[in-house]
Amino acid sequence: MSMLEVTGLGHTYGSVDAVSDVSFAVEPGELVCIVGPSGSGKSTLLRCIAGLLPASRGDVFLHGDRVSGVPSDLAVVFQDYSRSLLPWRTVFGNVEFPLRDRGLSTVERRSRVEEALAWVGLSGAAGKHPHELSGGMQQRVSIARALAYRPALMLMDEPFASVDAQTRADLEDLVLKVRLEAGMTVLLVTHDIDESVYLADRVLVLSPSPATVVETLKVDLASPRDQITTRGSESFVRLRTEIARLIRR
Amino acid sequence: MNAWIRAGVLFCALLVWQWVTVEVGNPYFPPPLRVAEAAVRLWPSHHFAADVLPSLLRVLGGWAAASVLGIVIGVLLGRSRAAADYFEFVFTFLRTLPPPLLVPVFMLIFGISTEMEVATIVFGSVWPVLLNSVDGARSVDPVMADTARVFRLSRARWLFGVVLPAAGPKIFAGLRVSLSIALILMVIAEVVGATSGIGYQLGTAQGASDLPGMWSWIALISLLGYLLNRGLLAVEHRALVWSRP
Ligand SMILES: Nc1ncnc2c1ncn2[C@@H]1O[C@H](COP(=O)(O)OP(=O)(O)OP(=O)(O)O)[C@@H](O)[C@H]1O
Ligand SMILES: [Mg+2]
Repeated sequence: MSMLEVTGLGHTYGSVDAVSDVSFAVEPGELVCIVGPSGSGKSTLLRCIAGLLPASRGDVFLHGDRVSGVPSDLAVVFQDYSRSLLPWRTVFGNVEFPLRDRGLSTVERRSRVEEALAWVGLSGAAGKHPHELSGGMQQRVSIARALAYRPALMLMDEPFASVDAQTRADLEDLVLKVRLEAGMTVLLVTHDIDESVYLADRVLVLSPSPATVVETLKVDLASPRDQITTRGSESFVRLRTEIARLIRR
Repeated sequence: MNAWIRAGVLFCALLVWQWVTVEVGNPYFPPPLRVAEAAVRLWPSHHFAADVLPSLLRVLGGWAAASVLGIVIGVLLGRSRAAADYFEFVFTFLRTLPPPLLVPVFMLIFGISTEMEVATIVFGSVWPVLLNSVDGARSVDPVMADTARVFRLSRARWLFGVVLPAAGPKIFAGLRVSLSIALILMVIAEVVGATSGIGYQLGTAQGASDLPGMWSWIALISLLGYLLNRGLLAVEHRALVWSRP
C-alpha cells in the first residue's frame, strides 16, 4: 500500500482556482519532490495534504485512511523557520515542545530530542534561543523538531528558500543523510529545478496555476549524492533540462 | 554612577522646591520639610495598619482581579472569531465610560464599602489589559498557528505554551496602564466614599485644613505608584527576557 495517495485533489479560494486536479502516490521510504513555477499552487497542495486546509475536491489517503484534519503521524517543515519557532524557548525546548502531548516519559523525550539534535548537528546549541542562531541553524532546529516527532511522512514547503547558497547545499545533504538514518518518507515542495533533481527519487512537475501534474520523472542518480559530482553528471543535466522544458511549456 | 546623578537631581529639585515655597510663603504649598514632618507624624502611626495596608490590599486585589478577567476574556476574544463577532462591540462601548463616573453608581449598589471601591477599581482598570490581550492573542503568527496544528498540540498547551507567551509583551503593557488606573480609582473611591484608606485620610486632612498632612498623603500615593510600577517592571523583565534579543 502506498504511504500517501492523492486522488483528484483540487482547491479553489473563493473564485481563484489554485489547484485544479492533482493525483499521485508516494511509497514508504521515498523522497518525492514537487516542482512547479511560483504561484502554481504548491503550498496550497501541501496544506491540503497536511489537513491544514480542507480541499475543495478530491481525497488524500495516508496509510489508506482518508485524511480529514491533521493526521497524527505527519510533520511539516515550513519555509518561514523563524516564524515557526517559539522565541521564548531554547532549541531543546522547541524540539521537545510537540512531544509533550504524545504521552512520552521525560527520559524518552530527552533521548529523542538529543538524537534529533545530533542528526542535524546542533547538539552544542541545545541551550540557545532561536534569535542567537543563524537562519540555517534555525531551519535545522525546525527540521530536528519534525524528526523528533517521528512522523511517518514529512512534508517540506520550500524549506531552503530563505537561506544562502552554501547553507542551502548543507541542508540538502542533511535531509538526504537524515532521511536514511530516520527511515522517513519525505514530500518536498520547491520551485528550484536543480534542487528537486538533486534530492528526489521521483520528481512531480506541476503546471502553472491551477496546478495539475504535468509529468512524473524517475531520478536514477547514484546514491549517496554529492553536490559537485552529482550535479555535474550527465543524467542530472538531462533531467533538469527536461524539467525546465516541461515548466517553460 | 547614574544612580548618584539621579539622586543629585532629586536632591536639587527638593532644595529648589523648599526654597521657592519658603520664599513665596503660600499656605497651600507647604515646603517639603514640613510635608516630611507631617509624613513622619502620620505614616508610621496607627495609620499604616488602618489605612495604608487596606488601600494597598484593595488596589492590588482589584487590579489582580481585573488582570485575570482581562486576560481570560481578552485571549478568548482574540482567538475566537465567533466570540469577537458577538461580544467585542459590547466591550468597545463599555470601555468608553470614564471609570470615575461609576463611583456614584457602585456607591448606590454597594454603599460606602470595600466592595464599592474594589468594584470601581476592577471595572475601571480591566480595559487596558483586556484590549491589549485581544491584540496580543491576535498577533500570534499564522505560521506558528499552523505549526501548532500540525503537531496537534492540546488546547491547553496551545493557549498556555503559545498564545499567552506570544501575547506577553502586549499583556504586560496593558497591565502597567491598568495598574496606574487602579491606583487613581483607589484614591477617588476612598476620597468620595470610604471610612479608611489613604484616600480617606487625604480627604480628612483636607477637611481639617491640614495642608502638610494632605501633601504627605499625596506623596505617599505617588511613592506607592512608583514602587508598584517598579515591581511590575521587574516581573515583566524576568518574564519577557526572550523578547529582547
Ligand atoms: N489564502 C488565499 N486566498 C486566496 N488566494 C490564495 C490564497 N493563498 C494562495 N492563493 C492563490 O492561490 C494560488 C496558488 O498559491 P500558492 O501559495 O499555493 O502557490 P505556490 O506555488 O506555493 O507559490 P510560491 O512559489 O510563491 O510559494 C496563487 O494564485 C495565490 O494567489
Ligand atoms: Mg508556496
